[in-house]
Amino acid sequence: MFNIPKKDAITFVLFAIVVLTMPIWLAPLGASYPGLLQKFAIYALLAVGYNILFGLTGYLSFGHAAFLGVGSYAAVWSFKLLSMNPVLALVFAIFFSGLFALAIGFISLRRSGIYFSILTLAFAQMSYKLAYSVLSPITHGENGLQLTLQDPRAIDMMFIERGSSLPTSSLFGIPMNGYAGFYFCAVILLIGFFIAQKITSSPFGMMLKGIKSNEDRMNYTGFNTKPYMLTAFVISGIYAGVAGGLLSITDPLAGAERMQWTASGELVLMTILGGVGTLVGPVIGAWIIKYFENIFSAFNESVLHNFFAFLPDNFESIVVLISSKFVGEGWHLTLGLMFVLVVVFLPGGIMEGVRRISARFSNRKDPSKGEEVIDPENLPKPDLKKGE
Amino acid sequence: MVKASNNTVLHVADVHKTFGGLHALADVDLAIEEGKTHAIIGPNGAGKSTLLNVIVGKLAPTRGTVVLDGEVLTGKSPHEINQMGVARVFQTPEIFPDLSVFDNVMAPAFAKRDGSFKINIFNSLQSEKDIAQEAEEIIVDFGLEPMINTHAGALSRGHKRRLELAMCLIQKPRILLLDEPTAGMSRHDTNTTIDLLKKIKSTGMTKIIIEHDMHVVFSLADKVSVLAQGRIIAEGSPDEIRANPKVKEAYLGESSE
Ligand SMILES: Nc1ncnc2c1ncn2[C@@H]1O[C@H](COP(=O)(O)OP(=O)(O)OP(=O)(O)O)[C@@H](O)[C@H]1O
Ligand SMILES: [Mg+2]
Repeated sequence: MFNIPKKDAITFVLFAIVVLTMPIWLAPLGASYPGLLQKFAIYALLAVGYNILFGLTGYLSFGHAAFLGVGSYAAVWSFKLLSMNPVLALVFAIFFSGLFALAIGFISLRRSGIYFSILTLAFAQMSYKLAYSVLSPITHGENGLQLTLQDPRAIDMMFIERGSSLPTSSLFGIPMNGYAGFYFCAVILLIGFFIAQKITSSPFGMMLKGIKSNEDRMNYTGFNTKPYMLTAFVISGIYAGVAGGLLSITDPLAGAERMQWTASGELVLMTILGGVGTLVGPVIGAWIIKYFENIFSAFNESVLHNFFAFLPDNFESIVVLISSKFVGEGWHLTLGLMFVLVVVFLPGGIMEGVRRISARFSNRKDPSKGEEVIDPENLPKPDLKKGE
Repeated sequence: MVKASNNTVLHVADVHKTFGGLHALADVDLAIEEGKTHAIIGPNGAGKSTLLNVIVGKLAPTRGTVVLDGEVLTGKSPHEINQMGVARVFQTPEIFPDLSVFDNVMAPAFAKRDGSFKINIFNSLQSEKDIAQEAEEIIVDFGLEPMINTHAGALSRGHKRRLELAMCLIQKPRILLLDEPTAGMSRHDTNTTIDLLKKIKSTGMTKIIIEHDMHVVFSLADKVSVLAQGRIIAEGSPDEIRANPKVKEAYLGESSE
């Protein structure tokens, strides 16, 4: 069950090292604070899970924000009703997001292509709107769902006295905020990554890739593609639910804005930017977008002045003036340009760039380039009168 | 109406298919016999591919049924029909262009072994030794091993066709349907394919082959049905068909021979 191909094992170890040392290598980039580190781990997990659907099967869902939202609410409810234990909260998140994904997937997967995407979008927007209206007893609408001192917390109350301040989620007495919170998320990310690796290298993963490549052929080959798709959809929905749960574990406040379609859109961007269908690509995409959103957007002119201080004064102000349009409020512009450049020049995302560079260095022949394609589609039919 | 005899594997019974006002198939009745290669010939647009589409469940017939070994196929979905033992090579190759040649051949082997749906996550592809070996053997047999790790989409048309045939044969189907397996091939590739099909024939596999190339038909077929405008206008041994004046007129043309 834990055996994976050697290449995958190496990838996993390297990935684990990169993730666990994030507090160190993100420090020079100005991003090594717990709140952001947690987001890096959580959104990476979200992207890894999304890729199981979009990357392997090619089905583009615009509704994964809904599962993220369901996971967050489920986790906070588990805190309120039962216990501040983060593992229990994740079990809640998995159960409810899985159930939700099963229902939405069952209906959405009756269609494919653009219609599937639209159906998922419709369901997600519906959930988002309902969270503000009809469902506000569960979601607490615009205020967001948060902990209160009066929460029952039935399991916790059997062991401890009710405190005078709001509790935090904790595991073995370690509070799940700060760096501990990050490491908790990081471990879950590594587990999620490992499972994604197993899926990708398994026969099941191959079937999903087969669906992406030629769904009709899958049917004529004897596969019932519907349950395969539904399974992939639910797995990927559960990843989103777990990510949502982790958001609540590190910060027990769930709001409906997490379910907005822009959140799903961002997820699509992450995956495409990093590299659809690769394991590491979506993670890189998630990190880049979260970095831009949190760090780049905080750059202001004085930061730029410091940065370009080595330039002559007049020149410096021009450079700062121009570059200031790309940071701070303008970070979307930089991200947008970057996205355009990647999609135009590296359709396989950043991972394709990495592959090209490493191919150039290793100097080996690209195995994906087969022989030249001769397509005699337009050749005339052989002469009918050739009967011996 | 053709009566299905004891050694009939596939019985196409009185099948009609209309597209709007067009009768693509009318009163089509065929009995495909065990171990035989049954050729279906006919001019362009005669309804040959439509007939195969009805058999594999891609199209529902307007009327009539298709029966395989006494079980009705009509109304079943393509994956169920495949699981019952029907494999098909398409007129334009249907393969998995983004998967390697190896994976292309492994996938049908999994469908054969595990059925139409199985969540097999705990094994890696590499640990599926039996299936990998089976796939490798057939790839070597088909002369595809130099490109075993190539993406199938990058293969030449001829290789794609051969790959698709390998994908069907690894399932050891009850009946193999071939839609113009040599169309667009060079004479050399055609001959290679004929040899391959002869080899398959010697295993006793039941086949339906649609072919325009009379050389192929007459060197492989045990029985020939001629389809024209959706109707079977003649049926018999290759020699009978060659001598049939109706066929000459409708299909081979008067200048034949
Ligand atoms: N799905 C469809 N919808 C509408 N018309 C169709 C459809 N499929 C086939 N036809 C029509 O039915 C007739 C028979 O087509 P079919 O493809 O079966 O011919 P064929 O004998 O295979 O010809 P070819 O030798 O060109 O492959 C043609 O007139 C075709 O246009
Ligand atoms: Mg045809």
